[in-house]
Amino acid sequence: MASIPILKEREKQIHRKGAQPFSLTCGQHSLAGVVSQRACVFCGSRVVLYPIADALHLIHGPVGCAAYTWDIRGALSSGPELHRLSFTTDLREKDVIFGGEKKLQRALTELIDAYQPRAAFVYSTCIVGIIGDDVAAVCRQVAREKGIPVLPVHSEGFKGTKKDGYKAACEALFQLVGQGQVDRIDPCSINILGEFNIGGEAWIIKSYYEKMGVAVVATMTGDGRVDAIRRSHGAALNVVQCSGAMTTLAEMMQERYGIPYIRASYFGLEDTSKALYDVAAHFAGNPEIMTRTQSLVREEISAITPELQQIKAAVSGKRAAIYVGGAFKAFSLIKALRYLGMDVVLVGSQTGNDADYQTLREMCDDGTIILDDANPLELSKYIIEKGADLFIGGVKERPIAYKMGIGFCDHNHERKIPLAGYEGMLHFAREVYRSVTSPVWRFAPTRAAAAKEVSP
Amino acid sequence: MLLRHTTSEIKERTALTVNPAKTCQPIGAMYAALGIHGCMPHSHGSQGCYAYHRSALTRHYKEPVIAATSAFTEGASVFGGQANLLQAIDNIFNVYNPEVIAVHTTCLSETIGDDIPQIVNKAVAEGKVPAGKHVIHANTPSYVGSHVTGFAGMTKAMVDYFAETGGPRSKTINLIPGFVEPSDMAEMRRMTAEMGLETIIFPDTSGVLNGPMTGKYRMYPPGGVTVEALRRTGCSQGTVALGRLASGDAARALDVKCKVPCQILDLPIGLAATDRFVDTLHRMAGVGVADSLTFERGQMVDIIADMHQYFYGKRVGLVGDPDQLLALTQFLVSLDMAPVYLVTGSPAGKKYEKRLRAAVEGVPQEVKIKVGGDMYLFHQWIKQAPVDLVIGNSYVKYIARDEDIPYVRHGFPILDRVGHSYFPTVGYRGGMRLLEKILDALLDRKDRDATDIGFELVM
Repeated sequence: MASIPILKEREKQIHRKGAQPFSLTCGQHSLAGVVSQRACVFCGSRVVLYPIADALHLIHGPVGCAAYTWDIRGALSSGPELHRLSFTTDLREKDVIFGGEKKLQRALTELIDAYQPRAAFVYSTCIVGIIGDDVAAVCRQVAREKGIPVLPVHSEGFKGTKKDGYKAACEALFQLVGQGQVDRIDPCSINILGEFNIGGEAWIIKSYYEKMGVAVVATMTGDGRVDAIRRSHGAALNVVQCSGAMTTLAEMMQERYGIPYIRASYFGLEDTSKALYDVAAHFAGNPEIMTRTQSLVREEISAITPELQQIKAAVSGKRAAIYVGGAFKAFSLIKALRYLGMDVVLVGSQTGNDADYQTLREMCDDGTIILDDANPLELSKYIIEKGADLFIGGVKERPIAYKMGIGFCDHNHERKIPLAGYEGMLHFAREVYRSVTSPVWRFAPTRAAAAKEVSP
Repeated sequence: MLLRHTTSEIKERTALTVNPAKTCQPIGAMYAALGIHGCMPHSHGSQGCYAYHRSALTRHYKEPVIAATSAFTEGASVFGGQANLLQAIDNIFNVYNPEVIAVHTTCLSETIGDDIPQIVNKAVAEGKVPAGKHVIHANTPSYVGSHVTGFAGMTKAMVDYFAETGGPRSKTINLIPGFVEPSDMAEMRRMTAEMGLETIIFPDTSGVLNGPMTGKYRMYPPGGVTVEALRRTGCSQGTVALGRLASGDAARALDVKCKVPCQILDLPIGLAATDRFVDTLHRMAGVGVADSLTFERGQMVDIIADMHQYFYGKRVGLVGDPDQLLALTQFLVSLDMAPVYLVTGSPAGKKYEKRLRAAVEGVPQEVKIKVGGDMYLFHQWIKQAPVDLVIGNSYVKYIARDEDIPYVRHGFPILDRVGHSYFPTVGYRGGMRLLEKILDALLDRKDRDATDIGFELVM
């Protein structure tokens, strides 16, 4: 394999586990001119708040920002579907020159009258930040007139990375928290944070907690409802999934309302079980919860183990490459792949922090490539070098894997089948099996031959 | 029912677009740029824009889509993006080694007023652009036009930056294919080759965004028009531009700059439009019409005759980009169908609307047209009076399902099916495929709705 040039500034974001001491640079802005796989602040806010199904989501900006996030990922709702429509002020040149506040106010008023939403979120895009519309003031005024919360989301794209968008979303959500009645909430109750109900995942997780005897006050934001979020400060515990998206909100709720939070992952047998046991342990005063949790875990695992073992026999020894948004997801994926007997040869994330990468390093075998904010050239180089059979990533990574003639599993936007919980693990294993063992790769030019050629 | 919020009551909306039938300029510019061989599209703005464009194009073409970004931060947004673009040009040539960097702007860089040619000149002066390499640009603020005008802008930039006079006039014909699928561009090339013509097609995404599996990832697949060919466009004997909105600007620019006469036609979708395309090539180049094309034309007419009884009077709703919408409408009218609702999101102008209206003049039903409309309005019209068929991009599937209407996917984006980038809808062959899709949709519905008694083997 001929080497590709790596930008000098990027060298510190690539680590090959082995003898060299570990220090990975991360949390940096992407370099100008780099083909990064990352998105922007607005994207971060939009994906977090999008699943609140009875709220109005209005994009204050040019049409593109709205068009690209229209039904961006299938966050399912058990009721209203207002979130799946795309509303925008569709700013034009004259709005940019004269300001868009009046247009925003008219749009908000028209929409609230037409749809009677429980709350409205107004997303500020780059251009709004530049022309300086006072979005917060318009929101305040419309909220007064219409009697519903109208919340500005300060998500101007250039203000940072996707992570900063998560923070802006949490700040908007926090405006809702604490507005509702909490008198009839079960003392053994939680909020599920950072779960977006892709393919119905929130429903799976919620059903486990209900079986354990733990009430769920709000899921944020998958299948989300404004009223549930308004009373979420009545829960005894916040269970935060994923490394980035909603930790800020959990911290804010801890500080203001004294609600403790724990982190959880519902991906893979090991992490799902740990999540459930951790929650049960929190309610130690009610030992029945732990008993019920134990039998739930036992039943769920024994139900799927036979098929998992069959799949394991088929995929054992295959090599996987992982490139995902948050590093926390990568931890769980490594464990789940190991359970199936697979080796992880590359792992990277868009938004990991120092502690995340330290953990990753501890988890990985020698020789594993660890990447922060990678680009397609780097990913393909290491995937070929490491002879991966499977690539786990998002939208932009899928065709790269297929071009190289290897299997792919989407762990991000394009998922239709839930991968959370025990049944999710089974779905994941089936998907990995289906992709890795597909006969199509037999017709693919050998990756070994391709590896000899020089790219790009 | 996802769209149950849609009501049939139509109110004038002044400040609001619901379910847009368009998207913004940069993505069109990015798509056009990918039709230059060895080109790195570059988005001059913050990094979200290009991430969305890459995702959207990736979903539509199922191919890796590259582009770079100036990765604006708050600093760049206040003090201007010059430093970012200079660094970007330097980094891109050093690391990704393209032949061309095609810069398009975003609303952010447009509004702060970055002067791209000035910055590029500075990059050249500072030695950041290696010898023999190029940086071109198009201004594509998202609050002006739509993805179609962005495509037109970058196509025109190819002329502005590369077309040269000076050499002797060649027999070559320039072909500007419009905002169409890679498969359509390949089909146009095949047709001109059948006629024995030498053509330069630009942009040309065939082979770039519908390439084969090779076992390796290539940043620059073999397809795309070369810079050398773009230079020669100035010496061609003529230009045929297809699709007035997407290709007109570039064709006229080439005429003004290099005195290459142009014919601007509608997209060759359907029989009559393809006839005009073939006839124009035949006149411009002075070559005969290939027997193979005459044969294909005969096949297409035969298919229409075989199935014309099912077309008569069928009410069709169409949403699409202006050039496609017009060509499809003309085609449907020629099939005796009734295109009754026509919506394009792109602001295409009064003249365009006039031509669209002319296309449906003979339709014996009320036809509603909105240029600069959205899908919500389109859905409301359908709620008021139903149609037998809808044609549009993947977002139309929600309407088709909610209203239970046969549906043919056409346009951009198509996110939920494969094949559009491999099989054309232009030319006679493309027309036959389109006919097959329309017929299948109508007859599948007939079969589905038939009673046991009325369920027929031969239809």
